[in-house]
Amino acid sequence: MAGASAKQVLFEPIFSNNPIALQILGICSALAVTTSMSVTIVMCLAVIAVTAFSNLAVSLVRMQIPGSIRIIVQMTIIASLVIVVDQLLKAYAYEISKQLSVFVGLIITNCIVMGRAEGFAMNNGPWLSFLDGIGNGLGYSVMLLFVAFFRELLGAGSLFGFALMPTVNEGGWYVPNGLLLLPPSAFFIIGLAIWALRAWKPEQVEAPEYKMSRHKAKEAF
Amino acid sequence: MEHYISLILKAIFVENMALAFFLGMCTFLAISKKIEAALGLGIAVVVVLTVTVPVNNLLYNTILREGALEWAGLPNVDLSFLGLLTYIGVIAAIVQIMEMVLDKYIPALYAALGVFLPLITVNCAILGASLFMVERDYTFGESLVYGFGAGVGWALAIVALAGIREKLKYSDVPEGLRGLGITFITVGLMSLGFMSFSGISL
Repeated sequence: MAGASAKQVLFEPIFSNNPIALQILGICSALAVTTSMSVTIVMCLAVIAVTAFSNLAVSLVRMQIPGSIRIIVQMTIIASLVIVVDQLLKAYAYEISKQLSVFVGLIITNCIVMGRAEGFAMNNGPWLSFLDGIGNGLGYSVMLLFVAFFRELLGAGSLFGFALMPTVNEGGWYVPNGLLLLPPSAFFIIGLAIWALRAWKPEQVEAPEYKMSRHKAKEAF
Repeated sequence: MEHYISLILKAIFVENMALAFFLGMCTFLAISKKIEAALGLGIAVVVVLTVTVPVNNLLYNTILREGALEWAGLPNVDLSFLGLLTYIGVIAAIVQIMEMVLDKYIPALYAALGVFLPLITVNCAILGASLFMVERDYTFGESLVYGFGAGVGWALAIVALAGIREKLKYSDVPEGLRGLGITFITVGLMSLGFMSFSGISL
């Protein structure tokens, strides 16, 4: 029983309950960092680490936190973890941390971290919360890597900085689509990804707000 | 003066918080179904940004920055690693204070803003603006103007999106794209529109 539920907690957020596509959480930082795969992977690792450890920490102290100040306590835990990640990145991956600029700091206000701490870790034991953090971090990463894959491949003709399709500028044949490196493309790709995900799992489709009445034959002619 | 005008125009249009930097997206997508609600939230964001960015600027320049503690006789102390924790604390505190002040002195505005004020603490646009302010090394005056401009830009974007979504609900959208999907595509098109400002150099 415990094993099955642990597995569920870990894998459910990846497709069935994806934080970005279904819960509308954490989109803020998701889009700005997806122009190249290597930057995206660093960002994903940072988010997975912060979500997992903040869930763990919040779950450990959940019995001691008075209800009225729990948000502040969660905020402090999350902010401290993000500072650790930020300092580590500055020490060991300075170039990438420069490219991520303010977006590492923005993990604090990433709703995934806060949402999972509040929604899951406050009511569950440390081990399950830790797994839930990793699962949600992974769900976020899958979406981000998907977006980054298309943006870097079609926008610059490369993956992880290695040129796969040599661009015209360097004497190759591929004319890169510059639009994919600009902000709007990220919205389009996520929109289409949500469409694909919902075509595969139709139970995620939202109910229509407004239904069109049928055409009356007389008016049509 | 000219410098400030170009800074404000840049913050509103060229570097629009929502459409060019994707900040505050969660609330941007969640609270844009009705124009009135979007307007209320937009005004709240303008007010909070105009207050928090300059306050964080003061804190950064007098306490956190490397060598800033010279007035206290500690010229070698660098507290900039405490930045994130300080900014988020300042934002949470200011939102809380503002809620109490508005409740006491301007109850009409307080009722209009309602639930949006506490929500703003976790809005990434607020923290993002403070971080950009630090990264770009703005002075106090610049940070005041930047905070206001960034807020207005965000409010403009959310009200525009709410206007589009109010009409959009009558359209016949393919099943899987309904709701969130089509909203993303719409925001993408809006962002494409705002890209046209990026050619303007001020």
